[in-house]
Amino acid sequence: MKVRILVSFKNSVLDPQGQTVKNALLTLGYGFVKDVRQGKVFELDLEGIDEAEARRLIPEIADKVLANPIIEKFSWDIMP
Amino acid sequence: MKFGVVVFPGSNCDSDTLHALRDVLNQDAVFLWHKDHDLKGVDCVVLPGGFAHGDYLRSGAIAKFSPLMREVGEHAARGGLVLGICNGFQVLLELGLLPGAMLRNKNLKFLCRFVTLRVENERTVFTNRARKGQVLRIPIAHFDGNYYAPPKVLDDVERNSQVVLRYADEQGRLTEEANVNGSMRSIAGLVNKAGNVMGLMPHPERASEALLGGTDGRVILESVIRGRAS
Repeated sequence: MKVRILVSFKNSVLDPQGQTVKNALLTLGYGFVKDVRQGKVFELDLEGIDEAEARRLIPEIADKVLANPIIEKFSWDIMP
Repeated sequence: MKFGVVVFPGSNCDSDTLHALRDVLNQDAVFLWHKDHDLKGVDCVVLPGGFAHGDYLRSGAIAKFSPLMREVGEHAARGGLVLGICNGFQVLLELGLLPGAMLRNKNLKFLCRFVTLRVENERTVFTNRARKGQVLRIPIAHFDGNYYAPPKVLDDVERNSQVVLRYADEQGRLTEEANVNGSMRSIAGLVNKAGNVMGLMPHPERASEALLGGTDGRVILESVIRGRAS
C-alpha cells in the first residue's frame, strides 16, 4: 500500500518561495495565476499494516514528524 | 561552570563553541554526542550551530529525535541551563522547549554577516552582563531565521518579557531594514517562561575574540558563566 502525504504552509503563514514562483510565472506571461503555495510531497510505501491501521497512524506520522503543526498543514491519501 | 556542547552529525560550530568556552573563557567544557544518554554532569547544555542531520525535512526536525534530547528535556525541566545557537535555536523550537517556528529568510537568501541587536531583557541568566537597550554586534549565518509564531503566542512572550534580543540598527532602532530575515517583531533571541532555556540566531562564539572581528558575543557567554539572573 502506498500513501501520499502533502505538507504545505498554513494559509496564515507567508510563503516567500511560493511568491517567488508566482512572480516568475507572471513574468512569463501566465497572468491568470492568482497565487502559488509551495509544499512538500512524501510517498510512503507501507507493508504489514492494514488500511484501518494506516488511517490511524499516517496522521500521527504527519503530525509528529513530517509537518510542523505551528506553520504547516497536511493532507494525505492512499495511492491507487 | 561546566558546559556541554552537543554534537550532531552536521554540527559545524561545535568546535568553535568549545574553543570560545574553554580556551577564551577558561571554562570546563566537553562535547556531548547526540546518540549518548549522558550529560556528563554539565550545568549548561549548548546546542551549537550547523546543519544537524543535514537539516533534511526542516531545520532541526530530525535532531529533535536524537537520543540525547530526552536528557536535554529532563535537564531543562529541572531548571538546568540550555543555550541554543542558530541551528540549536531551531532544534529548541522543534523540541517545543521554546515557542514558535522558523521560516525561510524573507529575501530567500542565506545571510552570513554581522548584525546589530538590541538587548530587550537584561535580567535573564543569559544577559545579566548587558544593559537594557545595549546594542550588540554579533554575526548571523542562516537560511531559516525568519521567526514565526501565531499572534497569541507573540503576545504571551512579549507579556512575559521572554524576548531577549531584537534585530535593530546601530542606534538600537527597530527598522524593517535592520530586521534582516523578516522575523516577527524583529525577534532574534528568546527565553522560555522559566528563563533557563534560551535560543538565539546570532553566533556569540563567532564574536568572542577581537581577532574574529568583535567581542560582543562574550556578553552572552559571560552572563551564563556568571550564572544567575539579576
